[in-house]
Amino acid sequence: MSLINQRLRGPWTLFKKEILRFWRVSFQTVAAPVMTALLYLLIFSHVLGTKVEVYPGVPYTVFLIPGLIMMSVLQNAFANSSSSLIQSKVMGNIIFVLLTPLTYIEFFLAFLLASIVRGLVVGTVIYLTAICFIDLPITHPMFIFAFAFFGSGMLGTFGIIAGLWAEKFDQMAAFQNFVIMPLSFLSGVFYSIHSLPPVWQKVSHFNPFFYMIDGFRYGFFGQGDISPWFSLSVVIGFFVALSILTIGMLKAGYKLRG
Amino acid sequence: MLPAIKLTQVHKHFGALHALKGVDLSIEQGEFFALLGPNGAGKSTLINLMAGLLRPTSGSLSVMGFDVVNQYQQARHALGVVPQELVFDPFFNVREMLRFQAGYFGRGAENDAWIDEVIECLGLSDKAHTNMRRLSGGMKRRALIAQALAHKPPVIVLDEPTAGVDVELRHTLWEFIKRLNKEGHTIILTTHYLEEAEELCSRVALLKQGEVIALDTTKNLLASIPGKNLRLRLSGQLPASLSGMVRHQEKPEYMLALNEIGQVEFVLSELRNAGVAIEDMQLIEPDLEDVFVDLVTRK
Repeated sequence: MSLINQRLRGPWTLFKKEILRFWRVSFQTVAAPVMTALLYLLIFSHVLGTKVEVYPGVPYTVFLIPGLIMMSVLQNAFANSSSSLIQSKVMGNIIFVLLTPLTYIEFFLAFLLASIVRGLVVGTVIYLTAICFIDLPITHPMFIFAFAFFGSGMLGTFGIIAGLWAEKFDQMAAFQNFVIMPLSFLSGVFYSIHSLPPVWQKVSHFNPFFYMIDGFRYGFFGQGDISPWFSLSVVIGFFVALSILTIGMLKAGYKLRG
Repeated sequence: MLPAIKLTQVHKHFGALHALKGVDLSIEQGEFFALLGPNGAGKSTLINLMAGLLRPTSGSLSVMGFDVVNQYQQARHALGVVPQELVFDPFFNVREMLRFQAGYFGRGAENDAWIDEVIECLGLSDKAHTNMRRLSGGMKRRALIAQALAHKPPVIVLDEPTAGVDVELRHTLWEFIKRLNKEGHTIILTTHYLEEAEELCSRVALLKQGEVIALDTTKNLLASIPGKNLRLRLSGQLPASLSGMVRHQEKPEYMLALNEIGQVEFVLSELRNAGVAIEDMQLIEPDLEDVFVDLVTRK
């Protein structure tokens, strides 16, 4: 802490508080999503494990793991910023942050980085648990990290937008169930889009989650549905665009300052 | 010396509602100032504008000389606000919350002694490690006040700090706030307990429908009401000839406004003529409540 100078202490405190907020309830915020991912893995590998081979030499169970990890990373990054914001808005305690000299950029960075940390923690725990049972290759670790980082960043930003927009818990639940869930389930977590009819393959290309899953999976197997560089550009592009939108909303005080 | 708070022609619209209609107000450093007014007068809007939670439609506000819009960081450093609603963060205990709050203002371990002092002075010592969720209403109120003081701001705004608070806490709270005021902190208070404002505050602004309708020292405001109040407890009805003097009534008690002390004689003779007996009688000085009722109903 002594290394952190006074100028950075404000945003650092907010970041630390956001980390502690989910860590205090880690049974719900880390253990629960890990459990869900492992249940998916158990059920799908039981049903399809030996019958389907998506990539040559890659059994379905092994194919499934990176997708499940990434899906959990994304969903938890979203959940972190969105639930923190909606909760403090509904409870009213957001005022404690609004009364401080923190700038909108500092506010943005603290929430964003805490979301990334939550996403990466959940992903790492799923990975470590999965490799106890299944042999999972790593071909390009830098791609794995880059997609996890920018993917969770994008969803953390998306979570801030949703948290600013929503005024009630049911609006947030609707956002989660009707936007985040379909986009993540239809992104190729459970299948390669090459197995889809051509029309749905095209539709999948409009889903930003598809690029995050495919690129992340490329890092493990060295093969994917499209070029990882193209996917990474799409993900970073979305991340930057959403960040600009979020910063604009915060600067305007959207639904925070009247 | 720069004023602690300065408002120049501040207007605030909420859609069609004109909540503040060109408020001019200057509060000096070191003052103990009361912002009074009926519900919906614009007191909370004014405080939220000072705190940067709302933005003025037009006009300017400054805290310790810093504009709350263009120099919001310096302005917020100078200001500590105790919000009216009993809000809290359910994830942390009292001490953690205070450290976080000070941390947002760039204060670190060097500030811990001050936090300990605030905890001690507000009677929160044995609750310092209790989660905010588990605190009683009164304790939550104390914690809320402590949070506003965590960064030791020179200007402290208390929005209805004693609403629903027991006598003991009010006493503890005011002792501490008076001490802070003596040490040089500017205190701005809104309250519905006018006797608190009368006892504590040296100057008062009275807001009504978004306008300042009175701004003076407490002493001058009290002096603006001539005469005295006569409190009577009667065995029967007040004679009709005296009904024009009634300030307020709760039968069988009546509070009559006297323009001058000689009117006592008139009241007594009217009661005697009507055959109404006096069970109790008291002559009292008008208080801030009388000024308040007088101004709010008159204008």
